[in-house]
Amino acid sequence: MSQLNETITRALRERAGDLLAAGTVDAFVGFTTGTVPMVMRPLVARTPEEARQFVWNSFCVLNPANFLPELVQTLSGEGQVRVGVVATGCWSRNMVVQIQENRLRREQIHIVGIASRGMVLPRRVRALFAGREITRVEEKEHELVVSGPGFSETVSRWSVVRDNCRTCSHPNPVLFDEMLTSHSTRNPVADRFDQIEEIERMTPEERYQWFQGEVATCIRCYACRNACPLCYCPTCFVDESRPQWVGKSLDPVDVSLFHILRAYHCAGRCTDCGACEAACPMGIRMRLFTRKLEKDVLALFGTEAGMDPGQPQPLATYGLDDPQDFMLRG
Amino acid sequence: MTSSSWPRWRRPCHKNCVDETLSFEPKIIAFLCTWCSYAGADLAGISRLQYPPSIRIIKVPCSGRISANLILDAIRSGADGVLVSGCHPGDCHYQSGNYHARRRFVLLKNLLEFVGLESDRLHFTWISASEGEQFAAVVREVTDRVRGLGPATRFVKHLPDGSGK
Ligand code: SF4
Ligand code: SF4
Ligand code: SF4
Repeated sequence: MSQLNETITRALRERAGDLLAAGTVDAFVGFTTGTVPMVMRPLVARTPEEARQFVWNSFCVLNPANFLPELVQTLSGEGQVRVGVVATGCWSRNMVVQIQENRLRREQIHIVGIASRGMVLPRRVRALFAGREITRVEEKEHELVVSGPGFSETVSRWSVVRDNCRTCSHPNPVLFDEMLTSHSTRNPVADRFDQIEEIERMTPEERYQWFQGEVATCIRCYACRNACPLCYCPTCFVDESRPQWVGKSLDPVDVSLFHILRAYHCAGRCTDCGACEAACPMGIRMRLFTRKLEKDVLALFGTEAGMDPGQPQPLATYGLDDPQDFMLRG
Repeated sequence: MTSSSWPRWRRPCHKNCVDETLSFEPKIIAFLCTWCSYAGADLAGISRLQYPPSIRIIKVPCSGRISANLILDAIRSGADGVLVSGCHPGDCHYQSGNYHARRRFVLLKNLLEFVGLESDRLHFTWISASEGEQFAAVVREVTDRVRGLGPATRFVKHLPDGSGK
């Protein structure tokens, strides 16, 4: 394990243990090692002993905000609860969104912040070793040591970091009760919407072909929706049948409409946490659609999702002089 | 695009219609809010103003009621164009429905263009109850623009037998 991860892991176990022992929190959400290399398992610790299993590394791609409100609700059966949780920049912004949407109350959570160095996309690592079985991946400061039967090779960590982490604008938590690490001084990339602008410059026909190609292999498993902390509708539009807004088949129009509507539902709420892309078994880059919305919300309404629990979300409010040059006549 | 792959209800009516641009009369679904734009359309009718018969009006309570689902449903069902209209800013019967709609519409229009829908297929406008003339003018303009694009193909759902959804 890298020095840095070891320090964070040690501090995390200690802090979570202390908070549980002192009764400040009733449970603590973090990650522990899973059974497959590069796949971390979420862990809810109820005792300081259990907190000793927490591990921190570059493979924590799930977003713990996803199940936080449900966990709080389940535990609330036992009365007032407070749940501790680790949070990077994007995760903390998802918690802000949940507070804005009344899914959580601020006092129900105790956020232990970690400045993110970017998470690794296991699919990228596996692609580098296609055809070979990876049995062990060890993280060093800036490298990963990937080994399997008869090989052990080193790859640069940054080369396999997720796209959303490369263009991250807020690696530091925006909402936290305490920090485990110092604040990141990572410079935000110069133009984080480069990829989106490139698509915008294409002709409509090219964009249509690009989009059809992008979603062509989607198998409609909805892992992207299930991994997303914004998706908690009791009946998702994909399951509605009267009327059925989106067909359930793999017809290209059904698949297109699924992706358009899923992205649209995240407008003004998506924090680009990348959990959706990390969960997709087919490698579909659905963040390109949510990022288009993120870019427009910032350009048109001047806001970013989940920055301030006291502010309304961009689509829950309006401005008297919002842009309307897209309309036929003003 | 061959006529057999068109939804059944808008295949060319007889075999002589070979020139699609000449024979093509677009079908445009218009979602109009009941308080302003629908009344504006009504006024256009009462005033006997001429406008193309391309439009199929669906009356809704407020522009704030028009969801992405409704617009996409019209498109996948084979509408060549969609027009959405509500009360002018400040005139909403429910105070703020059109302001909320304005934010949603701009994001939806941009997103649909981003994934390849032709910009001229989807139009938004404000029309008040007294603007019969404007209503007729908007229908003429939207019809011209949609006619220029030809029949809709993108995001139109076809069943394997070539019929509509
Ligand atoms: S995709 Fe939309 S309807 Fe489905 S759970 Fe997410 S937000 Fe709700
Ligand atoms: S849409 Fe994807 S990137 Fe956005 S919040 Fe949901 S999981 Fe995260
Ligand atoms: S996770 Fe991937 S394959 Fe599954 S529905 Fe989402 S985009 Fe499609």
